[in-house]
Amino acid sequence: METFAALAHGMAVAVQPMNLLYALIGVFLGTAVGVLPGIGPALTVALLLPVTYKLDPGGSLIMFAGIYYGGMYGGSTTAILINTPGESASMATALEGNKMAKAGRGGPALATSAIGSFVAGTIATIGMAFLAPWLVDFAVRFGPEDYFALMCVAFVTVSATFGNSPIRGLTSLFIGLTLGLIGIDKLTGQARLAFGMPELLDGVEVTTLAVGLFAVGEALYVASRRHHAEEKIEPVRGSLWMTKQDWMRSWKPWLRGTMFGFPIGALPAGGAEIPTFLSYSTEKRLSKHPEEFGKGAIEGVAGPEAANNASAAGTLVPLLTLGLPTSATAAMMLAGFQQYGLNPGPLLFAERPDLVWGLIASLFIANVMLLVLNLPLVGLWVRLLAIPQPWLYAGILVFATMGTIAAKPSVVELSMLAAFGVLGFLMRRFDFPIAPVVVGLILGPIAESQLRRALAISLGDPIVLLQSPMSATLLGIALIALVAPFVLKGLGRFRASED
Amino acid sequence: MMPFHTRLFGAVVALTLAATAPALSQQLELKIMAPAAPGGGWDQTARAMQQALVAAKIARSVQVTNVAGAGGSIGIAQFVNGAKGDGNQMMVNGFVMVGALAMNKSPVTLEQVTPIARLTEEIQVIVVPANSPLKTAQDLAAAVKADIAKVTFAGGSAGGVDHVMAALFAGTIGADAKKINYIPFSGGGESLAAILGGKVTAGISGLSEYEGQIKSGKLRALGVTSEKRIAGIDIPTFKEQGIDLVLANWRSVVAPPGITAEQRKTLSDAVEKMVKSDAWKDILKQKGWDDAYLSGDGFADFLKKETTRVTDVLKSVGLVKS
Repeated sequence: METFAALAHGMAVAVQPMNLLYALIGVFLGTAVGVLPGIGPALTVALLLPVTYKLDPGGSLIMFAGIYYGGMYGGSTTAILINTPGESASMATALEGNKMAKAGRGGPALATSAIGSFVAGTIATIGMAFLAPWLVDFAVRFGPEDYFALMCVAFVTVSATFGNSPIRGLTSLFIGLTLGLIGIDKLTGQARLAFGMPELLDGVEVTTLAVGLFAVGEALYVASRRHHAEEKIEPVRGSLWMTKQDWMRSWKPWLRGTMFGFPIGALPAGGAEIPTFLSYSTEKRLSKHPEEFGKGAIEGVAGPEAANNASAAGTLVPLLTLGLPTSATAAMMLAGFQQYGLNPGPLLFAERPDLVWGLIASLFIANVMLLVLNLPLVGLWVRLLAIPQPWLYAGILVFATMGTIAAKPSVVELSMLAAFGVLGFLMRRFDFPIAPVVVGLILGPIAESQLRRALAISLGDPIVLLQSPMSATLLGIALIALVAPFVLKGLGRFRASED
Repeated sequence: MMPFHTRLFGAVVALTLAATAPALSQQLELKIMAPAAPGGGWDQTARAMQQALVAAKIARSVQVTNVAGAGGSIGIAQFVNGAKGDGNQMMVNGFVMVGALAMNKSPVTLEQVTPIARLTEEIQVIVVPANSPLKTAQDLAAAVKADIAKVTFAGGSAGGVDHVMAALFAGTIGADAKKINYIPFSGGGESLAAILGGKVTAGISGLSEYEGQIKSGKLRALGVTSEKRIAGIDIPTFKEQGIDLVLANWRSVVAPPGITAEQRKTLSDAVEKMVKSDAWKDILKQKGWDDAYLSGDGFADFLKKETTRVTDVLKSVGLVKS
């Protein structure tokens, strides 16, 4: 039980008053930047790097970890309240969370996301402390063909889950896949669909698309409906806190979300978005109240939120054990390590155990702080919903525009935001689900480059996709998920006609 | 809750101000553009310059701006058009930009900027997983000659320094560079996983990125691209193994077009003073960057030569259509 002793030692490092203060600054800043779309934790850490140069390494790394966790928390607040995901990983949360908020259940939605994040963050951090070496071996063996298979699972489940009909879901998905083709092709360096505009060479920014479709589109839609039928928003209906039933419906999604988030987050190309989508789809299938999905089901908030925070902890596994940064924020933290002449990797655990275990221990503390910081704010946040609609949506538009400018100050970016806003409006108007567009933009390019990498390694032999047991299994799951609904439907009809 | 937060935030703001507080002794107010997102090599270089210029009291204030996109193509376009004739602006650039501009058919080229100085360079390395049968660079060369398509190289983005190096390696040993099986990954992390997992034959990257793995024995370095052996690093160069492959991932700083000779001298002097300052030397040591200071006509010449070399290589692998 070496790990326990090391962790206890780490705890002693983390509870030093200065380190506690750094953790608090970190989670506070993280929550603040997570709320703003466009300004992510990566940018914040980048801006703070030169400032922390003079601080001691332990303290500033603890602060960075706090920012990272805090950002994951903060992004969900705006997603729930004003349908503006602060981070792309909070997108799944916006789907049900915002519906809940509009139905006067914003309090429970925020609470289940805060508590779910806490539960997931804590379990995942424990997982990181104990499973890191084992998990890293697994993650490294995950090859391009396995990633491609994982993407296939995500595509199938996602397009089947969102929207009223698979055709509408698939249409949305293909819009996203097309947008994903824009920019420099990662494997050959050639520009595609950029129409000679240098700003398009790096592709469409996910946050621009998500904010445009969700926030701007929503604002336009609400404005267009204003004289038809006023949508009633009740700030609070029933209890502000989670009821017993809410708890009963939340705890399983929390755990399942953690199971998706942590391992996928630990994969070098896993990311935080895929587990949130997978969690959302799973909850929708397993829920006893499937009819509530799309109208504000608490499971659809609890699961993705847990997945998103667990993946944040997962990301730290390859960072600490291999020196592999697998997200933008992790890359910045790596830069933070290097600033102190430390090289994360297999040697770090041996060379600087105080630092590593201090960091892990302060993640626990950051988690507690986030819960303490966020729960009392729930009552304050939901009051936002009492703002008269025209004001609220005008505010959202300002907020969305500012966030986009902060991330990328260019006219092209703003024009794209406006165009996506109109697209979002039209899709709402004609009842197409908007989430699959963003899913397509995020996953399409990854799936494409992983498939092409796999084929380049195998010299063009597609059998490689079935040779890896992991990839074969995942492709099998995707196939079953694709075919099963039709078969079951067919069987049902068959039986019905027999009667 | 609120006053406490405000105070905390105030503390952070104060910290920020303290760190960037200008030394009032100098009048130079500079703007340095990093044509990349925060966090990458160019951004770190720009921020390191900021730190050193201010700490050594060479400049009164230095502001770093980030203009990300397309390997620097967007940054340089904005720099050449927007900063023309402005003697207080500089831009960080490097090896990768040369290839990116050629591949993106950028209307703006490095010939338009005013060269100031090369600052740093990083040596490149080829690694294989510890259990690979390849022991030396010659083993790898033999494997490439035997069947070039079967040898897969993992490295960074297409047309970047790693890709150019793979092509140069093949060309140097007399294989057809056009046929190399180079697999670009988006960042050292992902490619490292592919190498450790044995998905590819060999990996190419900057030495510092894989140093930890090499020391811990998970990766074996086949060779480094320096001219001579580096003190303290027990890896043979390609040259001493009979393969004439010398290359470095350099970073430099340039000024806008249309500045006067006087303005150019002011900037060159400031950079020279910075390079000699203790603050800069500390940063180099801390980041593991090698000093590669080269200024004036020497640098202008170097920039031209590298542009020709990289463009030729990219043409040979078919990334740039001639």
